[in-house]
Amino acid sequence: MTTAIRRSPVLVAMCIAALFMVIPFLIVAVNAVKSPTEYSRNGPLSLPEGLYLDGLKDFWERVDYGQKLINSLLISGAVAVLAAVLSILNAYAIGIGRIKGRTWVLAFFVLANMLPQEALVYPIYYLSKEVGLYDTRLSVIIVFTVIQAAFGTYLLSSVLGQFPREIIEAARIDGADKWQVLWRIVVPVSRPTIGVLLVFFFIWTWNEFLLPLVMLISNDNQTVSVALGVLQGQRLMDATMTNAAALLGVLPAIVFFLVFQRTLTRGIAVGAVK
Amino acid sequence: MTVTVEQDGGRRVTGRHHPATRSPRRPRDSYALFLLPGVLAFLAIVVVPFLMNTGVSFTDWRGVGSPEWTGLANYRDLLDDSEFWASFRHSLFMVVAMAAVPTVVGLVLAAALFDYIGRHYGSRVVAVLRACLYLPQVLPIAVAGIVWSWILAPDNGSLNELLKAIGLGSWQQDWLGDPDLALYSVMGVMVWVQIGFPLVVFMAGLQRVDPQLHEAAELDGAGWWRRFWHITLPQIRPETYVVLVWCTIAALKVFGAVYVLTKGGPGGATNVPSYFSFTTFFEKTQVGYGAAISTVLTVIILVLALIGLKFQTRAEDAEEGGRT
Repeated sequence: MTTAIRRSPVLVAMCIAALFMVIPFLIVAVNAVKSPTEYSRNGPLSLPEGLYLDGLKDFWERVDYGQKLINSLLISGAVAVLAAVLSILNAYAIGIGRIKGRTWVLAFFVLANMLPQEALVYPIYYLSKEVGLYDTRLSVIIVFTVIQAAFGTYLLSSVLGQFPREIIEAARIDGADKWQVLWRIVVPVSRPTIGVLLVFFFIWTWNEFLLPLVMLISNDNQTVSVALGVLQGQRLMDATMTNAAALLGVLPAIVFFLVFQRTLTRGIAVGAVK
Repeated sequence: MTVTVEQDGGRRVTGRHHPATRSPRRPRDSYALFLLPGVLAFLAIVVVPFLMNTGVSFTDWRGVGSPEWTGLANYRDLLDDSEFWASFRHSLFMVVAMAAVPTVVGLVLAAALFDYIGRHYGSRVVAVLRACLYLPQVLPIAVAGIVWSWILAPDNGSLNELLKAIGLGSWQQDWLGDPDLALYSVMGVMVWVQIGFPLVVFMAGLQRVDPQLHEAAELDGAGWWRRFWHITLPQIRPETYVVLVWCTIAALKVFGAVYVLTKGGPGGATNVPSYFSFTTFFEKTQVGYGAAISTVLTVIILVLALIGLKFQTRAEDAEEGGRT
């Protein structure tokens, strides 16, 4: 160990830093499979003696976790697709159509993207009650489609601004109208960027907390984040249940991370400096 | 994040453009139709609620009945409200935890990964380490809050147990329940959450830096630190602005972590503007007052965003000018 430190101190330091980031996940996983008696006897730091899955099962049934997963998947999936479509339409007009006043339109979308949700949440809550959409998954889908599309419009517009115009001109000469150019040429060519957007929108929406917390009050409509956050806020969970909750909350995130890792890390760079 | 690319469409694009291929006015304008759904949706979901919120901030309203116009009374009350000032003071702590510290640490980690680990141990090792450091970023903040509130729990929490196990039992604390400590504990969690973002952005930025610059400096006898300071840092200045602005704005918006970890407590020790406006809206139902809090927050964020965009645009222009 000491020779390893002496030979490659930077690598050892980086590994320790990485371990520090991952350790909370490991502790949660280890403790989620302990029985309550084992937990109170040995504390959180011991390795589990066996695989005790009743805690996870109890928690799953008590909060109807399957339903929460379906809600989150439905909301995030719908938002990802709808927000991408909306972004494409906006960006087509701004980036390729070069409509008049596009700088202002774009600046408007950028600022809308920065707006804190606190400044929208009460009117949205109030208006959704007025139109009878309060406590429906549809209301959350609509709101996040628009909010996410602000970022998508911004990113796609700058990508489409550099779209080779010769291709579009050629298609127009061949008689394609704007709608056909968009779906047959622009969208297929921009598929990598659109892929990044879909992944971002999905994960961002999955992780959203404030608006779903306000909008989704009934158990049948809540997302994973809201259900877990509310449970934690009520301070009613014992240690085993907390761990079950944490593990079941962490697992989908890790699955998405492993599936989308490449798109995510590359996409952030594109999104940040474009 | 920048609007440079689109600026006036002219400056950068005209060079590449043949005047002959430019489409005539008439068909170009019908592109505006594609913007119609987006504009309508934004009016309904962003613009109208935002204007309503701003309007309500000048009234006394409990969420039912009609709002009563009170002018600037809410804002005058805010100035005398110690809770309001405390929440913004805590925001500054969050900026340190979510913008300042992650930017500096992220820069060092990114440089170490890119320059040193990448060169000596290969890109595989870099990818694995980067993935570990980035992982907390994809976790829902509510879940991160559950994980940490359990680790930091006073009885049987992992941190306290660990301290006991290594003989530092006297260091045990009620990390989230002690008014003097809670804010720092939340800050620690936020550093953990945030660090992956600057790291990934900086690593992408470092790939842009021309390796020949480093080689030339190395031949001239410049050490790692001097090369980092004089070559790497100036080269990735645009990324640094982006990261600082985004992280600062994220820090001002912190809500979920506070809701799950401390609920603003103990005794308001970790209250932040967004949580303060949330409780004012939905628990105290002083809608007008809550709207005033969120309006102040919005103004601060938009001003910061504009300053940030300006700085970043300038940095990128300077960089581009330097290259050509």
